[in-house]
Amino acid sequence: MTGKVKGNVNENYLNYVKTQEPPTKHFKNCAAAFGVGGLICCIGQFIRFMLEYAGLSGDELAGATSVILIFLGCFLTGLGVYDRIGRYAGAGSIVPITGFANSVTSPAIEFKTEGWIYGMAAKMFTVAGAIIVFGVFSGVLVGLVYYFI
Amino acid sequence: MKNLMKKGNTIFFKNAPRITSYAAICGSKEKIGVIGEFADITLDDDMYGETTYEKAECKMLANAIALAIEKGGYKEDDIDVLLSGDLLNQIISASFAARKFNFPFLGVYNACSTMSESMMLGAMMADAGYVKRAVAATGSHFASAERQYRYPLELGCTRPPQSQWTVTGAGGCVISSDGDGVKITSATMGRVCDYGVTDVNNMGAAMAPAAAATIIQHLKDTGTRPTDYDMILTGDLGALGSRIVKDLTWEKGFDISSRHVDCGEIIYKVIESEFQGGSGAGCSAVVLNSYVLTKMSSGLYKRILFAATGALLSTVSSGQGESIPCISHAVELEY
Repeated sequence: MTGKVKGNVNENYLNYVKTQEPPTKHFKNCAAAFGVGGLICCIGQFIRFMLEYAGLSGDELAGATSVILIFLGCFLTGLGVYDRIGRYAGAGSIVPITGFANSVTSPAIEFKTEGWIYGMAAKMFTVAGAIIVFGVFSGVLVGLVYYFI
Repeated sequence: MKNLMKKGNTIFFKNAPRITSYAAICGSKEKIGVIGEFADITLDDDMYGETTYEKAECKMLANAIALAIEKGGYKEDDIDVLLSGDLLNQIISASFAARKFNFPFLGVYNACSTMSESMMLGAMMADAGYVKRAVAATGSHFASAERQYRYPLELGCTRPPQSQWTVTGAGGCVISSDGDGVKITSATMGRVCDYGVTDVNNMGAAMAPAAAATIIQHLKDTGTRPTDYDMILTGDLGALGSRIVKDLTWEKGFDISSRHVDCGEIIYKVIESEFQGGSGAGCSAVVLNSYVLTKMSSGLYKRILFAATGALLSTVSSGQGESIPCISHAVELEY
């Protein structure tokens, strides 16, 4: 690898390509994300109400709700439905906890062909690993800020 | 020089090797497109009865090669060499397909332009008399390419509007120094072009300069005009890349817009999640070995310039922020 060669970069061409590229439909994407993301949260809230009605409370309630949502995310991924939702909803189905479940389950399914240990188990976190690392890191930062104020 | 064999980057074939038979296999999504009725085998199940997508890709390629040999009325002993490659790491589909056959195998890799490269090499060998018959073949599979270059299939992420869809399919042809069929009269070897495009989802824009350079080089070397051809066929530039290549060639004084057709742009009927059209090594291989060669053999097209384009990147190079070097090789076909 020679690294990026400055002489290779043709600024004129790159600017020209930018004018030809189809624009990303930000408004439509945001609206779809808002709708689907909101719907997933509503389903979560509904499950929460039902569990509360069944007699759970506090941490148990929050935990049980998350577990059910994670199960639904994994289940729909296994059925091959979640990626279709994700194609249209974008961030709406990636950000909630079901999206995290999807990002763990999908590589697990994909790499199962390479064996249970080095395939499925080792590559399960290829996508979710980044979410975990930066999730924990930002959690620590927020915790520190919270500790000092 | 009396016998002009090479001018510029273009090689002229004195004995004009012929494409005596060809075969193509395509997946379920490609079946509903323009090539559906011209392909020899269309799959309803993209797994092709196998347990993994890689095995399915290998089986498609092997069957395309076997079918091309069979359709020409040849036996395995009649074939002197197989030239093949694909998109997967260490070209496993091609090498694994080759173990089914009893003739020598030369692996070639030029990403999506592997079809035109292997045809060119096959024609060179046949023309020079080193081999009597060579098979040129390549293929790709959406699911295996997606796993290697992008994300797991079931991951719920959105595709950007400039992205393309890897074609599931394989195609092969027999290039022979005798017999009847479409003649390969000349071929232009491409140079690697890099204009600094780093967006891996925008292959069309990355590959267009390479296609334009090779097409212009071919026209200059042969002293022809774009209107001398019935069709100037590029590999997998997609809708966006096709617009760019027309602009780039027009800028240099060659107006190819009335003759230009892109395999990736025409392969899918409904452009929905495919956005800019098809891509992958199988794209040009399937379109050429089904629709184009069938139409040529029936006399609809007399002269075609086939310039498949390839993006020579890997996930490592794009991860390290490298731009995408691209290449295009052209083969001139006459009937």
